[in-house]
Amino acid sequence: MSFIVNGNAVTGPADPRVSLLDHLRETLHLTGTKKGCNQGACGACTVLVDGERILSCLALAVQYDGRQITTIEGLGEAGTLHPLQTAFIEYDGFQCGYCTPGQICSAIGMAAEARRGVPSNVSANLSDNVTLTREEVQERMSGNLCRCGAHNGIIDAIQATITSERVTEVTA
Amino acid sequence: MTPFSYTRAEDVSDAVRLGAGDATAFLGGGTNLVDLMRETVAQPDRLVDVTGLSNAIAETADGGLLIGAAVRNTALAEHQAVRTRYPVLSRAILAGASGQIRNMATVGGNLLQRTRCTYFYDTDGSRCNKRTPGTGCDAREGFSRIHAILGASDACVATHPSDMCVALTMLEATVHIEGRDGARTLAFGDLHRLPGDRPDLDTVLSPGELITAIALPPLRFAARSTYRKVRDRASYAFALISVAAAVEMDGDRIGDVRIAFGGVAHKPWRATKVEAALRGASPTEAAFRAAAAAEFADARSLRDNAFKPELATRTLAAVLADLVKGEVA
Repeated sequence: MSFIVNGNAVTGPADPRVSLLDHLRETLHLTGTKKGCNQGACGACTVLVDGERILSCLALAVQYDGRQITTIEGLGEAGTLHPLQTAFIEYDGFQCGYCTPGQICSAIGMAAEARRGVPSNVSANLSDNVTLTREEVQERMSGNLCRCGAHNGIIDAIQATITSERVTEVTA
Repeated sequence: MTPFSYTRAEDVSDAVRLGAGDATAFLGGGTNLVDLMRETVAQPDRLVDVTGLSNAIAETADGGLLIGAAVRNTALAEHQAVRTRYPVLSRAILAGASGQIRNMATVGGNLLQRTRCTYFYDTDGSRCNKRTPGTGCDAREGFSRIHAILGASDACVATHPSDMCVALTMLEATVHIEGRDGARTLAFGDLHRLPGDRPDLDTVLSPGELITAIALPPLRFAARSTYRKVRDRASYAFALISVAAAVEMDGDRIGDVRIAFGGVAHKPWRATKVEAALRGASPTEAAFRAAAAAEFADARSLRDNAFKPELATRTLAAVLADLVKGEVA
């Protein structure tokens, strides 16, 4: 089996026990994706699969044959950061930085869901018209925990980026 | 994780053939099963991946919807027919888990997820009759805030964790099942079990039986339905109490009503006593409280969860007041 990681075709693991997270980190040496709780509670391992955010710790790599996977390493480069990376610096969206790659991948997937009209638990109605208020962003990002206390900066950075005139569409 | 083989099923008959055998597990999004395997609570020899099976949501001849078991939770919550005709189902799904998990989790997997009782997961130090039958239950005398108040047994006080299943119980969905002996259907309320002396069995499915789809019947007043969940933090937590409700008014009285509770029992709890008390009643706070009192007359609380009957009563009253006023969408 094989899949595409950040534009590169790579071989998957032979052992079906290997999670997508462990394959990214231990075999492909893409250590930007973090292992926090390893049980689906913290969001640090969030990556994008065909543009949708998932938890790579709960994903068996064998299930993702042929899929397009984007990690934090696929989003920006030194000198040309992704707009969300720039905003996280500008708004103090991190302290230790451990949750940051998952936060940024999750925010990209979240923005795509909102553009598609997916409602949330705090949406006043179930219509397609999603306005990403602060409350909406907080709810939609609740699967990503920050234990340093940078949550307010994280929400500020995401809101500033997805509502800014510079970036009308935040994508990978 | 103990070693296992992995096979991707091409279709339902392939899955049923591959799924024969007690040590085989069907794999959906993996959001619960992979965790259970990592903790060695589940140790299947073989995984049969059924995420390639039907992920369609189709209209049925009777005016309902047929939902393939491989539909992802996000896809079901955002489907236009679900949003407009069964808002309680969209609301219940969106109240559960996180965006990432809803993108992975399937409908079939949501139905078959296991309790989040912490003693069930604690393989190192806790006794659990659900994990290892006959060993005892450390939850009953332990931290019991999240545990059941209705239908529990000496053997098990765990609750069913799903939000979506509370809505499906209220809507009287039908479960479509395929097994070695052919196809059968099951009323949703009959899928999950109360623990009795076999808490290791969550459902009435036989080994090797596969859930292929869920059918939603037409319910004329389902458009006036909603779901409310109360939990220990604002988001991304399992329910202490949840309520799925639909109301049809007949003038200034309640014509028909459907209610189910989450967070109270080993299965989603259809509140037939509440429904009987409210049909034909005037929609007042007193009537809502009296109806809840009938349902929770048999409640048995543990050290830490005596708040649940009152919390369920207040949540029910608030949801019904909103529905009667038409203030939900």
